[in-house]
Amino acid sequence: MSFGIRFFPPEASSIASSIDALFYTLLAFAAALGLFLTVLVVGYAVKYRVGSAADRTGARARSLPLEMTWSIASLVMAFIFFGWGAVLFVRRDHPPPDAIEIAGLGKQWMWEFRHSGGQREINELHVPVGKAVVVSLASQDVIHSFYVPAFRVKQDAVPGRTTNVWFIATEPGRYHLFCAEYCGTQHSEMGGWVTVLAPEQYASWLGSQDEGESLAASGGKLFRALGCSGCHGNSSKVRAPGLDGIFGRPVALANRQTVIADERYLRDSILVPNKEIAAGYQPVMPSFDGLVDEAELQMLMAYLKSLSFQFPSFPAANSEAPQ
Amino acid sequence: MNRDLAPANYLSEGAWPRAWLLTTDHKRVAWLYLVSLTAFFFLGGAFAVLMRIELATPAGDLVSDDVYNRLFSLHGIIMVWFFLVPSIPATLGNFLLPLMIGARDLAFPRLNLASWYVFMFGSLFALASVLLGGVDTGWTFYTPLSTLYANGFVSTAAFGVFIVGFSTIMTGINFIVTVHTLRAPGLTWFRLPIFVWTLYATSLVMVLATPVLAASLILIVLERVFGIGIFNPDLGGDPLLFQHLFWFYSHPAVYIMILPGMGVVSEVLPCFSRRPLFGYKAVALASMAIAVFGFLVWGHHMFVSGQSAYAGVVFSFLSFCVAIPSAIKVFNWSLTLRKGEISFETPMLYALFFLALFTFGGLAGLFLAALAVDVHVHDTYFVVAHFHYIMVGGMVTAYMAGLHFWWPKLTGRMYSEIWGRIAAAVTFIGFNLTFFPQYVLGFLGMPRRYHTYPPEFAFWHILSSAGAVVLAIGYLMPLLYLAWSLFRGARAPDNPWQATGLEWQTSSPPPAHNFDRMPTVTRPAYDYPMKGLTEKRSDPVEDLV
Repeated sequence: MSFGIRFFPPEASSIASSIDALFYTLLAFAAALGLFLTVLVVGYAVKYRVGSAADRTGARARSLPLEMTWSIASLVMAFIFFGWGAVLFVRRDHPPPDAIEIAGLGKQWMWEFRHSGGQREINELHVPVGKAVVVSLASQDVIHSFYVPAFRVKQDAVPGRTTNVWFIATEPGRYHLFCAEYCGTQHSEMGGWVTVLAPEQYASWLGSQDEGESLAASGGKLFRALGCSGCHGNSSKVRAPGLDGIFGRPVALANRQTVIADERYLRDSILVPNKEIAAGYQPVMPSFDGLVDEAELQMLMAYLKSLSFQFPSFPAANSEAPQ
Repeated sequence: MNRDLAPANYLSEGAWPRAWLLTTDHKRVAWLYLVSLTAFFFLGGAFAVLMRIELATPAGDLVSDDVYNRLFSLHGIIMVWFFLVPSIPATLGNFLLPLMIGARDLAFPRLNLASWYVFMFGSLFALASVLLGGVDTGWTFYTPLSTLYANGFVSTAAFGVFIVGFSTIMTGINFIVTVHTLRAPGLTWFRLPIFVWTLYATSLVMVLATPVLAASLILIVLERVFGIGIFNPDLGGDPLLFQHLFWFYSHPAVYIMILPGMGVVSEVLPCFSRRPLFGYKAVALASMAIAVFGFLVWGHHMFVSGQSAYAGVVFSFLSFCVAIPSAIKVFNWSLTLRKGEISFETPMLYALFFLALFTFGGLAGLFLAALAVDVHVHDTYFVVAHFHYIMVGGMVTAYMAGLHFWWPKLTGRMYSEIWGRIAAAVTFIGFNLTFFPQYVLGFLGMPRRYHTYPPEFAFWHILSSAGAVVLAIGYLMPLLYLAWSLFRGARAPDNPWQATGLEWQTSSPPPAHNFDRMPTVTRPAYDYPMKGLTEKRSDPVEDLV
């Protein structure tokens, strides 16, 4: 058979086969063009070797039609491959709306994942087959990169911002998880396995884990412990924007611009609150930079996102806000 | 050196060390660079061999992870800035540019010598960082790893690269002014050899891009030493800003490295085909197009960095555009062979191997420019294979072609032709055995810069490590037979290859003042007599529309 020699990576996600289709088309094109040029050059080298009897009449040092032909042909092929690659690529920005969210945190030298139910794993990631999964990535220190070759996905985890990667696993099994961005001494040890489970196995795996409280509930506790609820609570005396259903909503700013309250905006509003002031409010919020770490930011984010779904009433957590 | 029969020439005047270390003769400065760069090439190569030996087994059993990380960082830093960027321009370019345009020297001979001293001063810092304990940031110095977390001698190495940048800028300015002002009577732009065109294009990139590298390295040192927040998000900085600045230099730098190689091959292929270069004007203009478009594609190193998807789409489009001038050149080089009278001396073998390896490296570039495929192969061995096909298979092979082509002119001696051909073949086999398996590894998902790896990748790693040994032999052989030829080689005639070009009209080695009688140019470049030519050989000057 193959004597244990591998030629192809496994295809285990919904996008893997479409990306491989482009890869193999490029491979066929490269092989065909490479073969053509090899035959051409070797053919000329043999035919026109010094002393050969080949006919050399009609030699030319330029040919505008020929040069135009290969220039335009190159351009056309380039545009085809560009368009094909770009169409497949922009899907990265559009995860399915019903995706499971998992928080992923890179740090020297491990991956830590926290499921929405509070289950936590290190260098292991369990996901169900056939269900869209979004991993929102952050980094505690340097740049890391979340890479699962079998899924054909890769995304850097960059300190100071949140990035997302999504996939739908299609084949149950265990697949390599790597850190693809060089991150220091034990870079090659930073990785583990993604385990794809059938839905019922996934449910029982979730149940068997020491779940603790959900990520959003931890975030809610943090929201109170840090004093956020004192100003942002419904009945608070200090005027601060309410956060009911904040995630994904347009926010009017004091500078007359409008931004969507995405992960970037919420993160900046916690760490650099004076950067974008909501219209009608005084810039009195202190920065929480240095007071919350990346893992805590991910909990707060999960909590803020959970508020979106509980409109119109505030969750119980906020009723305890100081009066 | 045995100079019994040689007439007075640039090698024979004055005594070591003063006449060499204080020389302003471009030909001697070229030798100063040649000796220094050869030392760096073998130092960087030794690091690579150690890496490949480590990678022969999946476990980390030869060196520790910290040592491995230092090996690939120093290999990259030394090979990029202390060999590839100056390689052809500072050695062959320095020697040949004035000879090819019929000048007595470069426009600024003392600046030329100064550039070598600046280079050596910068290299002291790089060597110091090696001897003190190394650098473990990779040659890319990505932040915040380099500014906050790396424990090596980052500032020392970055400062060395910063200083060497000034030597690059000096060479660039010198070449630009020389091409503009010192061309012989009748040597119009479209009669220039392509090697001169590519040196000119390279010099423009050197002068425009290197200051950005200098700025980004200084910012690294400021953040690392003084804690000024530029790239560190905890201090209000942005780590991606560094990547933008770094690649704004380093992608054009890729063209600094490959353009002069393209120039060498454009000299060698016509000479050994006894044919003019096919599509001369297209090749000349394609060189300039590469220099310009090369500035617009830096974001293709950042498709998965968190850069916006739409920036990714734009950079992908521009990257496909920059592939076209290179494709045009490959077609022109191939067609140059048609209806020629081809012979296969050592320089021609290297040039043909360049053509093959550059093509296979360039075609892999299409995979990397195609966004969705790049997401999978980015930061894997596929990228490592791609740029080694261009930088080593392309640039170093072209450098070897040029070194063998002009060796008789540089030294006045012939080398052993048979050893030359054997070394070229060994290099070609060793190169492909080393780097072709890395394409497969990358597609399989093997990330780069890994000290250890899962055992399923072992087969391809073993092939690659075996190839590295063959490749090392291929590079050591010329060191020996070229050195031997310096003392025992047959006397070279003035024009051993019956080549056109002004550099072949003077003696071998040339006199200190280059030409006894200043040449006047009346014919186009590559004016090889063709059998069976049906068209009137057009002079591009006349048919400028």
